[in-house]
Amino acid sequence: MALKGTIEVDQMHCKGCSLCVEACPQNVIALDMEHLTPKGYHPAMLIAEGCTGCVICAVVCPDAAITVYREKRKKK
Amino acid sequence: MIEMEVVYSRPESFTPTTTHYCPGCTHGTAHRLVAEVLDEMGIREKTIGVAPVGCSVFAYDYFNHDFVEAAHGRAPAMATGIKRVRPNNTVYTYQGDGDLASIGMAEIVHAAIRGENITVIFINNAIYGMTGGQMAPTTLPGMRTTSSPNGRDVEVMGYPVRMSEMLSTIDGTSYSVRRSLHNPANIRKSKKAIRRAFEVQERGMGFAMVELLSSCPTNLKFTPSEALNFIEEQMVPYYPLGDYKVAPEVKALKV
Repeated sequence: MALKGTIEVDQMHCKGCSLCVEACPQNVIALDMEHLTPKGYHPAMLIAEGCTGCVICAVVCPDAAITVYREKRKKK
Repeated sequence: MIEMEVVYSRPESFTPTTTHYCPGCTHGTAHRLVAEVLDEMGIREKTIGVAPVGCSVFAYDYFNHDFVEAAHGRAPAMATGIKRVRPNNTVYTYQGDGDLASIGMAEIVHAAIRGENITVIFINNAIYGMTGGQMAPTTLPGMRTTSSPNGRDVEVMGYPVRMSEMLSTIDGTSYSVRRSLHNPANIRKSKKAIRRAFEVQERGMGFAMVELLSSCPTNLKFTPSEALNFIEEQMVPYYPLGDYKVAPEVKALKV
């Protein structure tokens, strides 16, 4: 089973450019159209289960707004 | 209870400041790659950056290490002075195409000719971003900008300049490569190239430049993702990605 992951988007830094939305291989990121960040953008957010913590969203993020967490691998 | 670990967080070499770049501008990506490389190499404390004039003029606010601001195009000259006076510090310039390939052409070429031991990060987005989208030396033939509204006519306005190829012909250059920032795979390759460029300097092997194809969604009048497609479909064919000069001793480097 794939590892579970999650992301945290910094509301101060996210500018809603949606590059992470398009890059996400699991298609589990979308812009939150209900909220605005202090700067006035719709921030990215996790919308569904299935994040694997692959870090691709953080790699494409121009504002380093995404922190990625992943389930700890079990030591063999 | 599943135990979670952080696999990616904001690099330490960044300040908490928000950048002034437009949403989706890959300047931020390039900044982040430089910050990650400095973190990985553990040289943040002894690094001195030189900021250009252009969109990245406020780069000194975003990096958590020493930074100086150069006159327009004169970043390589300033970096030369700093490196010669403080040879133990890591010195790099971060320049855009209007700064490096237009007004600063003499400085960059002569810094390469002298084989100065500095690292240059060159952002090529084919347009002047800060001043409102005028034609840059790197603007593609036929490309519409605010100062070439009918498209760049090469008969009148000349041809775009390919900096990586040009500097690769100079003996003083040790490392001259072109990478792109249009997708995750190429962003990772860019980071490796930046790492190598800093390693070249750390080992005193001479002049290193990494050219990064970048996007300007605002002035190209695209959405951020369309701007990345523009890089892939229009810019990469004109500015082929690749290693233009890798000196044998640099090639032997294990990074």
